[in-house]
Amino acid sequence: MALAYAPSLETTPIRLAPRYDHFIGGTWQPSSAGGTFSTVNPATGETLTEVASGTPEDISRAVAAARRAYGVWKALRPAERAKYVYRIARAITERSRELAVLETMDGGKPIKESRDFDVVQAAAHFFYYAGWADKLRYAIAGSPAVEPLGVVGAIVPWNFPLLMAAWKIAPAIAAGNTIVLKPAETTPLTALLLAEICAEAELPPGVVNIVTGDGVTGAALVAHPDIDKIAFTGSTEVGKIIQRTLAGRRTPRTLELGGKAANIVFADAPLDQAIEGVVNGIYFNQGHVCCAGSRLLVAESIHDDVVERLTARIETLRLGDPLDKNTDIGAINSAAQHAKIDELVRSGVAEGAVLHQQSCALPERGWFFPASFFTGVSPSHRIAREEIFGPVLSIMTFRTADEAIEKANNTPYGLSAGVWTDKGAKSMYVAQRLQAGVVWCSTFNQFDPSSPFGGYRESGFGREGGVAGLRPYLKG
Amino acid sequence: MTPLLAPSPAVEAVMLEARAAGFGKRSIKNEAKLAAIDLAIRCIDLTTLEGRDSPGRVRSLCAKAAFPAPGAPRVAAVCVYPNLVAVAKDALRGTGVKVASVATAFPSGLSSLDVKLRDTEAALAGGADEIDMVIDRGAFLAGDDARVFGEIAAVKALCGPIHLKVILETGELGSYEATRQASDLALEAGADVIKTSTGKIGTSATPATALVMAEALRDFARRTGQRRGLKVAGGVRTTKSAIAYLVLLDETLGAAWLSPDLFRIGASALLDDLLLQREKLATGRYGSLDYIARD
Repeated sequence: MALAYAPSLETTPIRLAPRYDHFIGGTWQPSSAGGTFSTVNPATGETLTEVASGTPEDISRAVAAARRAYGVWKALRPAERAKYVYRIARAITERSRELAVLETMDGGKPIKESRDFDVVQAAAHFFYYAGWADKLRYAIAGSPAVEPLGVVGAIVPWNFPLLMAAWKIAPAIAAGNTIVLKPAETTPLTALLLAEICAEAELPPGVVNIVTGDGVTGAALVAHPDIDKIAFTGSTEVGKIIQRTLAGRRTPRTLELGGKAANIVFADAPLDQAIEGVVNGIYFNQGHVCCAGSRLLVAESIHDDVVERLTARIETLRLGDPLDKNTDIGAINSAAQHAKIDELVRSGVAEGAVLHQQSCALPERGWFFPASFFTGVSPSHRIAREEIFGPVLSIMTFRTADEAIEKANNTPYGLSAGVWTDKGAKSMYVAQRLQAGVVWCSTFNQFDPSSPFGGYRESGFGREGGVAGLRPYLKG
Repeated sequence: MTPLLAPSPAVEAVMLEARAAGFGKRSIKNEAKLAAIDLAIRCIDLTTLEGRDSPGRVRSLCAKAAFPAPGAPRVAAVCVYPNLVAVAKDALRGTGVKVASVATAFPSGLSSLDVKLRDTEAALAGGADEIDMVIDRGAFLAGDDARVFGEIAAVKALCGPIHLKVILETGELGSYEATRQASDLALEAGADVIKTSTGKIGTSATPATALVMAEALRDFARRTGQRRGLKVAGGVRTTKSAIAYLVLLDETLGAAWLSPDLFRIGASALLDDLLLQREKLATGRYGSLDYIARD
């Protein structure tokens, strides 16, 4: 008999208002032009609610509110500031189920991920940086007289909406800055719920401001003359636009951009666990992960074995309703992203790679893409070079460690990488030579607020997490 | 000492345990849960292995094994010491429940091969349908694979068509890699089923240990085309953990293993919790354990 998994929907009720305004200076304010846009549940295609469309005027108001709050916030005793940040952390924990359900509805990620990863990590970041608020003099070696920078402009992507907001807000306000954050156009709702949490925590008005909108709103934030720091997570393409906008200005900035990470599996690797790492690396959050292990470099001698194991493993992945606790692969975040993934997969087939996909049926509505991987990939194929940002893996082979390193580094990106071998010395040899901000050895996608994360080359610069993630919000 | 077989694959604890923990997160409810509960009951080796076991005690256990509760299926087997096999065999005649006997100087396995074979012979003579042997962990840890292999093969030769379960006592092996090696060794030596534990030491079956063993079974089936079985024993006390093992099996080995022919749970208290949960699904209310017959 087969083991049936009955649908098991997360039932925590969510009450959505028909319209959401910006959160500016501690109050909810509509767009100065009155415009709104819809945010859609990608698993159903249904509109969830309407959200204010941010104008340059809205940005100016928010920056002004943050500027006013900065004087108050910076002057608070550091231990007092910490209390507020701890209060936000606790409130995230208390409202975790609600945040998880909302994140899943707005973005399409499986409830088990929003529940067990996104919300947990978001709270952990606030707890971690709250502890730093009264210890800033130890953040920069040799500089006990550190100061906050002022007003931070932050723009976050749609793949981890709440968590990325936490990555920006927690260190920024713990260090004494105030912040204007623009969530992604397709996933603004958890940031707005976080604003509500800030208000309930009685955070002084204007310390955290949320302005919703699209790229135009984000551009206005980056271009605003009264911003003291830009923190951006998103695509390399937009990262380059930000760099051009800020050229000639001294505004400090951190950019966390795209990636095309290599997961290197040697013949002596713990194979079954490596398969788990590969699956987690590329199918976690439907592959909408900047550090996704989207290129699998596998020793030629075990290529067929790995392909056979991976083929069997992806058949056990359950694709479907993201609110079902049994779902492993949820919905693609938007129609536009689905089209992009589809186009790149077609290019892979057209260029001669062999496509393998899980055999499950896709839901009739919403945007879904099956777990996929390509064999017969050549390093020159587009699927081996471009960031797909979907559940699509490109498998290539290597024969020696140095060849693996060369192939892994043969990309403009440099965010993350994975090394799978049973030999500690080989693991170190390879890790030292990989040009990536994070190298995971015999594991993948491990995160902790105390551990710095970030890239180099076209994956950006600056670090988030740990004391390294605090310094970009301080001068000293 | 030179290894007897090709080296077993490496095993890495962090990702193994993460994967194993994932099975317990599958949510199985309503009719699916009822089906899983009945399957778990059908896979139980209802076990009593205590120094104070008596014919009366074994007979009462056998009665429960054959008719756990109205409407509930019977368990797979009753597992006893060799000198109680005949009692169990008699009590279970015509019920379809098998009699399994531990043997080979259970639980330590520290006796001569001759004594182990005599022990097994006694169990077989009593009418045992299945034999649960232990490996010599001391020999295994000393690297004497040949001795472990030889003892398993000798017991299997004695058993003939009788099902042989080989207990690895993974809690004494020290690592997941050793568990994998012992699994591969036992399968090559002729084990019909590989079993985690005796239940006599602190560390018994864990999901990660069972996953390593299931991976060995999957790779063995891939290599030889033969399906061999898994038995988890000790520490499985709740319906939730029993169902997590069924999920593990389903997602690692496939639906073919979801059968008492290829999967067993060695337990005693588990059956009561399964019956309680079964009752809850039927009535919508949690009963007291007082409504479940104690054996």
